[in-house]
Amino acid sequence: MTLVLRLLARLGRAVLSALAALGRVALFAGSVLGHMLRPPFYPREFAGALLQIGWLSLPVVGLTALFTGGALALQIYSGGARFNAEAVVPSIVAIGMVRELGPVLGGLMVAARVASSIAAEIGTMKVTEQIDALVTLSTHPVKYLAVPRVLAATLTVPLLVAVGDAIGIAGGWLVGITRLGFNPATYLRNTVDFLEPWDVGSGLVKGAVFGFIVALMGCYHGMTSGRGAQGVGRATKSAVVAASVLILAANYLLTGLFFTS
Amino acid sequence: MTDMIELRDVHKAFGANRVLQGVTLSLAKGQSLVVIGGSGTGKSVLLKCILGLATPDAGSIRIDGQETGRGDRDAFLARFGMLFQGAALFDSLRVWENVAFRLQRGADRLPRAEAREAAIAKLRRVGLGAGVADLYPAELSGGMQKRVGLARAIAAEPAIIFFDEPTTGLDPIMAGVINDLIREIVTEMGATAMTITHDMSSVRAIADRVAMLHAGRVQWTGTVAEMDSTADPYVQQFIHGRATGPIESLR
Repeated sequence: MTLVLRLLARLGRAVLSALAALGRVALFAGSVLGHMLRPPFYPREFAGALLQIGWLSLPVVGLTALFTGGALALQIYSGGARFNAEAVVPSIVAIGMVRELGPVLGGLMVAARVASSIAAEIGTMKVTEQIDALVTLSTHPVKYLAVPRVLAATLTVPLLVAVGDAIGIAGGWLVGITRLGFNPATYLRNTVDFLEPWDVGSGLVKGAVFGFIVALMGCYHGMTSGRGAQGVGRATKSAVVAASVLILAANYLLTGLFFTS
Repeated sequence: MTDMIELRDVHKAFGANRVLQGVTLSLAKGQSLVVIGGSGTGKSVLLKCILGLATPDAGSIRIDGQETGRGDRDAFLARFGMLFQGAALFDSLRVWENVAFRLQRGADRLPRAEAREAAIAKLRRVGLGAGVADLYPAELSGGMQKRVGLARAIAAEPAIIFFDEPTTGLDPIMAGVINDLIREIVTEMGATAMTITHDMSSVRAIADRVAMLHAGRVQWTGTVAEMDSTADPYVQQFIHGRATGPIESLR
């Protein structure tokens, strides 16, 4: 009986702790959104974040999409051959990339690259008193550090997803014409004819949500980082794990919302 | 003389750790107070409470007669400059951008070119040439970073300047240079200064008055001359660096 009570108490503590953490993240998100609307704004920091989060993530997102598109073409061809449906490769590659794999893999790659670097940078600023220095210089840390990054990620990840979609489809096309015997023009025509605007649009909306999640988690965990190298390391790990799990959860919810009416 | 900073019965605890247990202290306008005390006695927390970086649990803190935590926070902070222990320079900004950080913000912000000129003038004041202005903090030595931190602290000519362990991690010669700079600049600007340190050479170079913090309270306060002649066993143990005495060496 005592053992059961102890287990229940432990479970209760874990639930309370998780809910408290959720509340802190929600308050932080509210603070970021509030500061986004009120001046002063920091265009120089925003431009830097656009470059760091958007432009410099392009190679990793592009390469991920290229290989994913190619592998997807091979898988669909091999699976489709079981019921003589090899011709669906272009359309399924396109739908798979723009609705699911483009945004999700793009989001996860950005989470790995960006959430970690934001958390490490802000966490280091915290332990070296740079955040206290910002406050003494009459600068709100959320406004100066979090708002430019969250805004930049929310705007650039959809663009990265769009580029990733195109590269992924190109990867499928390349494999299709070099290894699977598709006619180049027919493959492209099938892709274009089959895709609908909302297929692409839903992926871009997902990208914006994932970008927001990535930067929010990076900033939150950086600003709540513990002391020393261990504290920063833990903050970095937590930012990537939290961003990745939240991306997958948000993807499920958004897919349900968009495609199961 | 009017008190610029006045603390009455200030308490601050972090969980079960009661760091400040009733600090009462005052500092006149234009005076330089050095707060000494062992590690973990709450010296840095004291500065953070005054600046509002930490909220006291109880007690009163007044700046120039006004209770802190009320009114316009930006206007309140604009009266302060602070040199942090590790300089706390912003890694992503160039040296001149660090120095001119406050000058480029707020209602009275300067255009970029003017802010750069002002920053270079402050860098010269702390003995650094214009050549360092475009470097990043990581490219500077510890002593140079402290000077840049000092230049940033005085850039907007604040009425009150805080120095948190200004000589920690520096060799004795560089520590002497920083101490002399602090003394000169504080006198020249007529600023009110509060320094926290364990370094007795800093105390002698910088202080008009000394306060010793022990067990979360002000144990002793007086001038440098009084510090040398006081019979207070805590002060005597601390200034002579004795392992035995009323202050436990294992804390």
